[in-house]
Amino acid sequence: MLVLENVHTHYGKIEALHGVSVEVNKGEIVSLIGANGAGKTTLLMTVCGTPQATSGRVILEGRDITHEPTSQIMRSGIAIVPEGRRIFSGLTVEENLHMGGFFNTKAEIRKSQDHVYELFPRLKERESQRAGTMSGGEQQMLAIGRALMSKPRMIILDEPSLGLAPIVIKQIFEIIGHLRDEGITVFLVEQNAHQALNLADRGYVLETGKIRLHDTGKNLLANPEVQNAYLGG
Amino acid sequence: MPAQNFKHALFCAVITLIIAYPILGLNLEAQGINVTLTGADTFTIVSVFLAAVVVFLFQLFRDNIMGSLQGALSGLSSGSQKEPMAENKRAKIESWVLTGIVVLALFWPFFVSRGAVDLATLVLIYVMLALGLNVVVGLAGLLDLGYVAFYAVGAYTFALLSQYTGISFWVSLPLGALLAALFGLVLGFPVLRLRGDYLAIVTLGFGEIIRILLNNWTSLTGGPNGIGGIPDPTLFGMEFGRRVKEEGNTSFHETFGIAYSGEHKVIFLYLIALVLAVFTALVIRRFMRMPVGRAWEALREDEIAARSLGLSRTAVKLSAFTIGAFFAGFAGTVFASKQGFISPESFVFLESAIILAIVVLGGMGSQIGVVLAAIAVTILPELAREFSEYRMLVFGAAMVLMMVWRPQGLMPMRRIHIELNKQD
Repeated sequence: MLVLENVHTHYGKIEALHGVSVEVNKGEIVSLIGANGAGKTTLLMTVCGTPQATSGRVILEGRDITHEPTSQIMRSGIAIVPEGRRIFSGLTVEENLHMGGFFNTKAEIRKSQDHVYELFPRLKERESQRAGTMSGGEQQMLAIGRALMSKPRMIILDEPSLGLAPIVIKQIFEIIGHLRDEGITVFLVEQNAHQALNLADRGYVLETGKIRLHDTGKNLLANPEVQNAYLGG
Repeated sequence: MPAQNFKHALFCAVITLIIAYPILGLNLEAQGINVTLTGADTFTIVSVFLAAVVVFLFQLFRDNIMGSLQGALSGLSSGSQKEPMAENKRAKIESWVLTGIVVLALFWPFFVSRGAVDLATLVLIYVMLALGLNVVVGLAGLLDLGYVAFYAVGAYTFALLSQYTGISFWVSLPLGALLAALFGLVLGFPVLRLRGDYLAIVTLGFGEIIRILLNNWTSLTGGPNGIGGIPDPTLFGMEFGRRVKEEGNTSFHETFGIAYSGEHKVIFLYLIALVLAVFTALVIRRFMRMPVGRAWEALREDEIAARSLGLSRTAVKLSAFTIGAFFAGFAGTVFASKQGFISPESFVFLESAIILAIVVLGGMGSQIGVVLAAIAVTILPELAREFSEYRMLVFGAAMVLMMVWRPQGLMPMRRIHIELNKQD
């Protein structure tokens, strides 16, 4: 579904990704874990086209999107839940969702909106509330809901557990599992390695701009190296 | 506490004396080449001391006075507090009231003085400008300090076209607006990647470039001498002057068989400005409810999130700049026609600042608020002509106070949303 081939990305003169290759197959949950500054977010941003890869290729469903503009990439069946949620805090919950389905017809928006409310009944309760006044967990639900509004075939989540209470994190991960059951491919980037690997079919470990390890989620969890570095021994 | 109050009151009274006595109680009089200091008449001096006593007493019993005042105020407001109306009912009432105001505004000029109508035309020009800038600053969140440039483009388009090709007001109205819109587009490209302060600086520079260009391109624009003799608008080929200037036209007062009056032209210009202002408001209102309006707001709220949803930053920003500039071009054409003479003097940075102040005072994104603020900001200085030296001072103070007490503006923008039937 999504393939990164030997991708190098630069911020100005500084190279942040030194030849990263990642593959996400249809229907999978793939987790990418790594420490602060390893380049996780850079990798996602490269997929979205801001900044674009300086060499290597990004292929989405067989189409080379390496040099496509962000707006075009984001309209081709892929959706991202950005780091730190980034909901439109001045807009109501409903308006936030409608923004997610910006390029869809009204009927489609209505349908996906009902679906989102089914997944997150809390959002339905808060429909006409300003999004900025909600709790962190609710905002994360809204961010995921907004991404689902465009009916993506693949969803990318950047640190969905950031700053949330353990019980809310559990809910969020349950929902992510549920999304896979619906047939949506999930690419998950997390610092919360334990939860992320537990849920994932396969996992990648990114270290200073390079893929260090690559295995199934279960194997990575059992890997002593991963345990030492990311799971606190 | 009383001792402290007494001390404070005494201090205030002394300060009052120190400030007021030299200013009011002493006069400088010229006698020949010497200046002598003389005391003012007894009445002034008594008044100064009385004022000091009043200040002293007020400060001494301040707590009691403020307490009773507050009580009276809360008594007043508690009676008027009602339950908020349902959203759709409120919207209906609002639209009726607005229609009523517009109809009143249509007939109003026939009953008031020429000066008042002239001032009202100016107010309407500012309403158009502020509504246009509201799109850029209030909705799309792009701080534009050079907005007056587009106003200038509109005005100069009409002035130059009429001077060199003799084109009439009605033809150059859309031309001026379109050319201004084109300039908006041109400015939009280099500033696409800029945000906040940087954007403000570049737009400020753009505004100055246009003004300086107009000032120095003497062969085309006449430079600081400006362009005069800009024709008045015509009504279906009828002119409003005493004598017909152009071949083939008739004059308004002859066609209708009424006596010539200079007021006809003023009222006609006012009506044009009114129609255009209403048109501007309606078009922008329409835009706000269209997807592009929501895209502007999304970009203002969070650019990264907006882009992550597939919105094109280029298209959204350029559309805001272009549409905002378009209406400034409108306003500029009307302004040129109203004044009959324009020069770069009319398009200095201060104008940009005033238009921006109107938007901020009215409440970013709120159309009614912006219209009210445009009226206030234009009319108040006219009413207080004697205090014109203090205009900027009062203006600045008003802005500071607004930012402290009502940062959201006079009438903040209400989120437009559809109320679903509650399922109880």
